Amino acid sequence: MALMNWALRKSLWVYHVNTGACNNCDIEVLELLTPKYDIERFGMVLVGSPRHADVLAVTGACTRQAQPRLQEAYRQTPKPCVVMAIGACANAQGIFTEAYHMGAGVDVAIKAVDPDAIIAYVPGCPPKPEAMIAAAVKAMELIKTL
Amino acid sequence: MDAFGIIGTYIAAAVGTLAIGLFLRWFDRKATAMVQWRKGPPWYQPIADVLKLFSKETLVPSTARRTGFLIAPAIGLAASALVAAILWSAVLRPDVGFVGDLIVVVYLLLIPPLMTIFGGLASGSPHAAVGASREMKLILSYELPFFLALLVGVIHSDWSLQLGQSSVIGVVPLYNISGVIAMVLAIIAMQAKLGQVPFDIAEAECEIMSGVYAEYSGAPLAIIFLGKAMMLAVMPLLLITVFWGGLTATPLGIAAFIGKYVLLVVLVTLIRNTNPRLRIDQIMRFFWFGLAPLGIAAVVLAVLGW
Repeated sequence: MALMNWALRKSLWVYHVNTGACNNCDIEVLELLTPKYDIERFGMVLVGSPRHADVLAVTGACTRQAQPRLQEAYRQTPKPCVVMAIGACANAQGIFTEAYHMGAGVDVAIKAVDPDAIIAYVPGCPPKPEAMIAAAVKAMELIKTL
Repeated sequence: MDAFGIIGTYIAAAVGTLAIGLFLRWFDRKATAMVQWRKGPPWYQPIADVLKLFSKETLVPSTARRTGFLIAPAIGLAASALVAAILWSAVLRPDVGFVGDLIVVVYLLLIPPLMTIFGGLASGSPHAAVGASREMKLILSYELPFFLALLVGVIHSDWSLQLGQSSVIGVVPLYNISGVIAMVLAIIAMQAKLGQVPFDIAEAECEIMSGVYAEYSGAPLAIIFLGKAMMLAVMPLLLITVFWGGLTATPLGIAAFIGKYVLLVVLVTLIRNTNPRLRIDQIMRFFWFGLAPLGIAAVVLAVLGW
């Protein structure tokens, strides 16, 4: 089992979910793939389908419209998986908190589906790519304890 | 050869080719990273990917036909393993093959793409259905130039349908005008057969969410991954056997064989990295009206002895 755990840590595939972000965090997520940061060094790649993913990189404030879609994407992700809430909006709905069109917030929406979900918070508006790499490393440490 | 010998050859060829294929997957990703001025993944990356996928949960969509959905990747992998066994035995012992094994290989090479279509359609997902129809059009496009290219190799090896016959009679089809044309056609068809970038319409990640593979997860996805690695190892081997003289059992011959193999894989990677994805109609026009007449010309030249 230790081998499987090692394999999961060394090969995290990321699916990017936008739940109503302003596109700023999304640009920073794409920055991770560029030569300067090159997250493929750690075996992380962006994949096209949540069924291939180990990490859901969630950006955006989780609007009422997006919330059921986010929950469905989480259900369709094979477990074990990690949710990365990227940016101030995904962490605590940022400046949009208490607005009329807001859902429950990313972590609350995910926890409603699976109370034991692993959620890594990446604060910042937008967070730096270094912060996202730090969060990925923390997620790997958490996976070690699974 | 008795039954145990055959089964032993099959398993040894499958495992060996799988190891080579996983190494080539890493090589491909590393070369891509170097082209893009990145550092790239460590050498154990494909092994970690496969182990991880085997340990993950397998989800089957509620709309899927369960048996067909789960069995299709395994049949594709088994077929490519069989191709690997036939090709390695033709490369290592060119004198013991059977007449018509080239035809068997061509048919078996059609099974992995067919199983991709089968699995994609069985998953019941609209993305996979679009991907499967695109894969079908891709097969219809590249098969004709591919056959014509192989036919050139057959003509040069004295009309023999046996793999490795060209190296037995000491002819290298590539060292002719028609052989060069056929090699170019075969390399492009190989690119399409592997589903690499200019021809990756069936899985187009940003259009149809990995298309035919969209619904796969866990162990079946790992088997698809292994099947792709196997195909990446098998296709250059076929091209070398048919066009480029196979393997001679001298130190220089082995070095030349490895050099040819690596050259073909590097070509696949470089074509992948320097081309954008083509549209469906562009691909069909390119293969039917561009490459197929070229293939016919190559066949005519080969018959004339050029």
